[in-house]
Amino acid sequence: MPINILMPALSPTMEKGNLAKWLKKEGDAIKAGDVIAEIETDKATMEVEAVDEGVLAKIVVPEGTADVPVNELIALIAGDGEDPKAVAAGGAASAPGAKSPQNAPDVVTAAAPPAAAQAAAAPQSEAAAAAPESHSAASFTAAAPAAGAPAAPSPQTAEGARVFASPLAKRIAKEAGLDLGRIQGSGPHGRIVERDVRAAMEGGAAKAAPAAQPTAAPAAAPAARAPAPTPASDEAVKKLFEPGSYEEIPHDNMRKTIARRLTEARQTVPQFYLTVDCEIDALLKLREQVNGSAPKGKDGAPAWKVSVNDMVIKALAMALMRVPDANVTWTEGAMLKHKHADVGVAVALPGNGLITPIIRKAEEKTLSAIAKAMKDFAVRAKDRKLKPEEYQGGTTAVSNLGMFGIKDFTAVINPPHSTILAVGAGEQRAVVRKGELAVATVMSITMSCDHRSVDGALGAQLISAVKEFIENPMSMLV
Amino acid sequence: MAETYDVIIIGGGPGGYVTAIRAAQLGFKTAVVEREHLGGICLNWGCIPTKALLRSAEIYHYMQHPQAYGLTLQGQPGFDPAAVVKRSRNVSAQLNQGVGFLLKKNKVDVIWGEAFITKPGEVKVSAPKKPAVQPQNPVPKGVKGEGTYAAKHIIVATGARPRVLPGIEPDGKLIWTYFEAMKPDAFPKSLIVIGSGAIGIEFASFYRTMGAEVTVVEVLPQILPVEDAEIAALARKRFEKQGMKILSGAKVTKVEKGANSVTATIQDEKGATQTLTAERLISAVGVVCNTENLGLEGLGVKMDRGSIVTDGLGRTNVPGIYAIGDVAGPPMLAHKAEHEGVICIETIKGLHTHAMDKLKIPGCTYCNPQVASVGLTEAKAKEQGYQVKVGRFPFVGNGKAIALGEPDGLVKTIFDAKTGKLLGAHMVGAEVTELIQGYVVAMNLETTEEELIHAVFPHPTLSEMMHESVLDAYGRVIHV
Repeated sequence: MPINILMPALSPTMEKGNLAKWLKKEGDAIKAGDVIAEIETDKATMEVEAVDEGVLAKIVVPEGTADVPVNELIALIAGDGEDPKAVAAGGAASAPGAKSPQNAPDVVTAAAPPAAAQAAAAPQSEAAAAAPESHSAASFTAAAPAAGAPAAPSPQTAEGARVFASPLAKRIAKEAGLDLGRIQGSGPHGRIVERDVRAAMEGGAAKAAPAAQPTAAPAAAPAARAPAPTPASDEAVKKLFEPGSYEEIPHDNMRKTIARRLTEARQTVPQFYLTVDCEIDALLKLREQVNGSAPKGKDGAPAWKVSVNDMVIKALAMALMRVPDANVTWTEGAMLKHKHADVGVAVALPGNGLITPIIRKAEEKTLSAIAKAMKDFAVRAKDRKLKPEEYQGGTTAVSNLGMFGIKDFTAVINPPHSTILAVGAGEQRAVVRKGELAVATVMSITMSCDHRSVDGALGAQLISAVKEFIENPMSMLV
Repeated sequence: MAETYDVIIIGGGPGGYVTAIRAAQLGFKTAVVEREHLGGICLNWGCIPTKALLRSAEIYHYMQHPQAYGLTLQGQPGFDPAAVVKRSRNVSAQLNQGVGFLLKKNKVDVIWGEAFITKPGEVKVSAPKKPAVQPQNPVPKGVKGEGTYAAKHIIVATGARPRVLPGIEPDGKLIWTYFEAMKPDAFPKSLIVIGSGAIGIEFASFYRTMGAEVTVVEVLPQILPVEDAEIAALARKRFEKQGMKILSGAKVTKVEKGANSVTATIQDEKGATQTLTAERLISAVGVVCNTENLGLEGLGVKMDRGSIVTDGLGRTNVPGIYAIGDVAGPPMLAHKAEHEGVICIETIKGLHTHAMDKLKIPGCTYCNPQVASVGLTEAKAKEQGYQVKVGRFPFVGNGKAIALGEPDGLVKTIFDAKTGKLLGAHMVGAEVTELIQGYVVAMNLETTEEELIHAVFPHPTLSEMMHESVLDAYGRVIHV
């Protein structure tokens, strides 16, 4: 009976891995404990040890193959007294799509990034911990055809392991050429049922395509070999923690919206970032004057209290008027060039939450009007009383974490905006003026730009204009 | 301060009380509002007491043919209508008390009276409009009464009542609904039954066996209209052989009441009319939902053709208001209501639920011969574009059926030729109501013909016919 070597799970959450390297060739004798292959996960490369003795009869999954699902058949070992050639022939039939045995050894490690491949420097303890699991997976012997007999089609085919699916789902998947290992089951205990297969057929997903697909994504992610990575399942994440060691808090709609919109923004918007330092001593002085001139009401409260952030809002709005090509929204068909600067302002909510009310036509509003509007928004946002028309739309946004002492950061663009300005803390820094050291209050601001609508030079013009207004704040008043 | 619950269920029928028990299991503080009888129509006036009546009829039928089994009887077999009815009522009473016990055991409060939803989260209960009658007399001990009660979740499970045709309004004396047909003072010597659905045909079968001249009038060309045509035709043949008169494609246009008789004018498809006089007439032309006087209109709960619209998980368009069972639409069956209720409360709990696949709900009719089915009929399957493989196996080829003296019947299976999916199963004959769930399990597990063929069926049983029918669909039948 040939022994199936299956893709081991190197951690409880591992769902697939890359077969980085075969350390044994077909025909090599194997002893229990021999390292036969290297498997690469997103974190490390680990060794696969043989559990049984025999001859490596057939390599089913060639090295360099990415995203091999856990428990997929990767090789066959001919046991004592078995003819490796017969085992290989039998195995070939049960593993369609695998390279023919003669070719397999020729495959080189081209696809395996050297850095990861060397990372056999995986912590010893972790490798040791993984070993028992790989035992259980690898010692799973399937009812493969007897040596020499013509291979009968096995319902387990490429997976090698039992797939938890209904008979009808299995049959429909087989006829449609779908790999059940790539379909998420929605039935009891994750069983794959007819509707899952039908959904996969409609979605065009799960086609049996074992080879790594060339990814169209830019070089942003060096390890971007996985086609459209899907997040780990909730169950897989929960497995990382002791049951009872955490409290499960269901998402409210705001959390879901934040997750959906910002994930979408990060995945679909090509963003780049521009940072400048602004000296704000003049701005602080003007703010003092403006606030000092506020008439006091009956209760002694001043009629307005303008914050630095209110002035940044105004500066951004004025800058957009000066650089109108950057006051745009990308759509597939056209560029929407806005006539006014509607500036969204990220407001943090108690606990954890975020909403972005919008100061409409901020370029036309006085600092005191902006300050009043923001005060009202902030109060109502915290009570979650904002109306949709007060936080939907907008042409840009400001996110300010300066009050937390954050020096600088980058913010995620909130579509349909093309830009967002991340504002850091104003702090006294040493600056050099005409070759002399001086002390100034400096605030770093970072503009995230949607490259589809705002190119680098345009973004630079915009942030320069913002800087100019901030450093010459009187110009905002005229 | 109104007493506050997590869940209030309006209606203590099979949908309501099962939902309540499941709710209690899930840790909800639960109450059921009931105005007439725990266990609902099903247990008190429907499914259960008719089975008791039909059991009497079945035994009486065997007593009339003792020689078929080599037996003799001293004298003529006979029956006592009052005793037959009493047995049926006692069966209901026993189960009715059982429901009360189950609710108590699960710490579900029972509130006795008529419920009105004043607003989401609040139910006002007033005194019941109808007096308590056997089997729910006296009203169970320890129930709460009139008052205002609060609950985060309100589940409407108020069931349905007989549909009334204009001009054929039941009077409780000559024109009956299932209520009167269930507990007659005497068995009529002649009877007209309007409607050949499950309720009509069960009473027709019962009274025919008890010796009445029975005429069934069905407006559609086929009796048992929801069943597979082939099965319905076989059943009809058996009914007619027993002496039942069946007028299909015919409608009752007029009913005149005499002193102790009813004369119906019946019009056939071609427009020809005839009159027929019988002692009693049963109107069994379907049911309508009990959606009135609950406050649903005021809350803006969405309705469609008399039933409450839900999302399949029991939720209506109004948050906090749910509907299950008959009021949530067809099929109006107790087991559908129970299952729907469980899905609803588990959804409220936040468990992972799926809407029920209504095609996988079996239906059973306990006439003689029995009829049972699940899934698509052959005609429906073809209509939906399936290429079908149909298997048939007759009772006469089954050893157990012959030994029982029940050689009439058929097991029919319908498969999708392309995938081997079991699309439907339809049976007529002895005990088929107890067999159908085998196919129901198979369908829910999404088996194909292969697993059914590989399964071992015990010998000698009627269930072997289920195996043979599958074999027949794939050209492998043994015993024909």
